[in-house]
Amino acid sequence: MDAMSPTTSMSPTTSTTAADPVEFYGTRVNSRLLLGTAQYPSPAILAEAIRASAAEIVTVSLRRESGVAKAGQPLAGQSFWQLIRDLGVKVLPNTAGCKTVKEAVTTAEMARELFDTPWIKLEVIGEDDTLQPDVFGLVEAARILCRDGFQVFPYTTDDLIVADKLIAAGCEVLMPWGAPIGSGRGLNNPYGLRSMRAHFPRIPLVVDAGVGVPSHAAAAMELGYDAVLLNTAVAKAGDPVKMARAFALAIEAGREGFRADPMEARDMAAPSTPVMGQAHFG
Amino acid sequence: MKIVVNGEAAEIRAATLAGLIAELGYADAVVATALNGAMVRKAKRDATPIVAGDRVEILAPMQGG
Repeated sequence: MDAMSPTTSMSPTTSTTAADPVEFYGTRVNSRLLLGTAQYPSPAILAEAIRASAAEIVTVSLRRESGVAKAGQPLAGQSFWQLIRDLGVKVLPNTAGCKTVKEAVTTAEMARELFDTPWIKLEVIGEDDTLQPDVFGLVEAARILCRDGFQVFPYTTDDLIVADKLIAAGCEVLMPWGAPIGSGRGLNNPYGLRSMRAHFPRIPLVVDAGVGVPSHAAAAMELGYDAVLLNTAVAKAGDPVKMARAFALAIEAGREGFRADPMEARDMAAPSTPVMGQAHFG
Repeated sequence: MKIVVNGEAAEIRAATLAGLIAELGYADAVVATALNGAMVRKAKRDATPIVAGDRVEILAPMQGG
């Protein structure tokens, strides 16, 4: 029975995730899935999805507190915050919706006090239809925030020069988009993402946005990305809890595939069964 | 006096930002504040006067992606 003890069992989940942590600004986590907290059918499903995903980092935002405080009735923001704290996960506040450097910097400052963390997912949005990052504003805001002690996770494109400037500004993580936020289109430019991985082998890279199904996340991990950040794909699935688990499995599978050093693709067929020794019946 | 709180006109009695937070029932809530576009830290709210026409933002943790 000793051979079946938990320490020697071959559970794929425990054997791979425990041995393969990822580090963001010196903070080590075992899950390579960063999960958004918006658009879930209910707070209970949100909580269950976070648990099913095994995510250790979730994104949050700041919005105007609404409603009038009444005795015994928690405000919307306060009950959400209690739910997140009860789950014991790390939070990555965002500057979602900010369109100017000033808006993003002020939001980041308020997030740092509210959530008591130097982490900020920096978004400076340039255009409404695509929610494409305004990379000029992004670099400027990153420079201001890094100088002020923030640990910036910039939501960026796969542009290598912008990436260089973000690193020069002090960013130690880059988060290029896969596709426009909420589009579910997957990796629009695998070539660009692959180039980015090759140019910045030591910077933690996270595909953020545009992921729709688990295979998209697996593909990002197979490119050598360190993690995937997604929200809508889980929150808007028919069964968000099941989808959260599906993404966790896909990200783990993609990561293991990358670490296993995939074969080179080729144009022509190559028989996998040995040709030598084949019988001839002619 | 008339000020603007979270984008809506409000008639308030408080003379400081801390007083305003209490008057609105947010004294025990986790919120961050800004006055006329600039953040005001929690520790500075007591010493931050409010005058007519001010624009106050009171932000709370919310769901985000």
